[in-house]
Amino acid sequence: MSYEVRLDIFQGPLDLLLYLIKKNEIDIYNIPVALITQQYLETLEWMKSLNLDLAGEYLVLASTLLLIKSRMLLPDETPEGGTGDEEAGEDPRQDLVRQLLEYQAFKEAAIHLDGRPWLERDVFKRGAYPDLPPVGVEEEELAEVGIVELVDAFRRIVSSLEREELMQINSEKLSVTDRINEILEKLREAGQISFLELLEGARDRRRIVYTFLAILELMKLRMIKAYQTGPFGPIRIFPAVEEEADGA
Amino acid sequence: MEHDKALIEALLFAAETPVTLERLREVLDMPREAVQAAVLELMQEYQERRGGFTLEEVAGGIQFRTLPEYGTWIRKMKGRGPASLSPAALETLAVVAYRQPIVKADIDRVRGVDAGGTLKGLVEKKLVRIVGRKDVPGKPILYGTTRRFLEIFDLQDLSELPTLREFGELAE
Repeated sequence: MSYEVRLDIFQGPLDLLLYLIKKNEIDIYNIPVALITQQYLETLEWMKSLNLDLAGEYLVLASTLLLIKSRMLLPDETPEGGTGDEEAGEDPRQDLVRQLLEYQAFKEAAIHLDGRPWLERDVFKRGAYPDLPPVGVEEEELAEVGIVELVDAFRRIVSSLEREELMQINSEKLSVTDRINEILEKLREAGQISFLELLEGARDRRRIVYTFLAILELMKLRMIKAYQTGPFGPIRIFPAVEEEADGA
Repeated sequence: MEHDKALIEALLFAAETPVTLERLREVLDMPREAVQAAVLELMQEYQERRGGFTLEEVAGGIQFRTLPEYGTWIRKMKGRGPASLSPAALETLAVVAYRQPIVKADIDRVRGVDAGGTLKGLVEKKLVRIVGRKDVPGKPILYGTTRRFLEIFDLQDLSELPTLREFGELAE
């Protein structure tokens, strides 16, 4: 098994070129192509030696630089011996400079975006639980829920947790049996419980998965039944056996 | 007037997404000017109150939002690290935001790299969406930003983005 270290130091060849221009305190409108090309190629060598994944775009720009460098060496004259203002000849660096300036503008725009007050990073709206059913929804017709709907709901809940807790190392001792007993306990107390409530407070993935497995197991054993008010509606879980059969 | 203001405040408090003036007008069956006046007054009151949140204009609507300086503590309470996008993703997003509708080839050209991966990530995060197809051979997909983009980046609309620094007019 080989490990490839990927360091995204530069966002691309233009980013590297801008970096070199800044480092050398060069006027972007008057780039000393020979110097920059040399440094650019040296950086590519260095990145290669670090085993960095060198995208083909870096090499394309290298050849562009070499082409500009060779053009700069040619005497500045137009073969047609043109007259007027066009006769001055185009600076071979012009296209590249335009591209660099354009890229730089977007790089600044990206930094500006990053600096804005992001929702859910810097600013927050009022917290609302997305799936909590309004009271009264229960009066709607309940349809029994199968595995597919359950898995779907499970997936939605897990994805709503995002990845923020992935790094947590969980030392809580837990087993599916424990969760089964906890769920049965809650059902005895409340008579019914929503899928979401069961997962409430479960911050780590393992607990969520165990809860889900426990529910599946209980459904298989026909000890609980799950109902839903409609597509994507909240799923509610009821004990499948009547109270009198409880001690059996 | 005071009653209307309180009523509108209640609606804004209970809403989950930014509420437009139009929607308030619909619900309340009040003239637009009255709604607007009440909303502006409310916004000012929350501003002057100097509390932990204000009423903000966002994505074409109005929404209660906490102040940025308290973000660290709210994240701590919610038990999550700061959300972020990679520099590459932010660059791609900036290009799409300013140049939309735009095809992938043009994003690649501006950034000087293949933007396919970052573009896909942004579409998955629902910050960028497909807005159509360009009427040229091959009918390439055109991308644009979403309403969620405005909501996340606290923008009223796209015109609120600062103008790009001037470029491209050299040697004229």
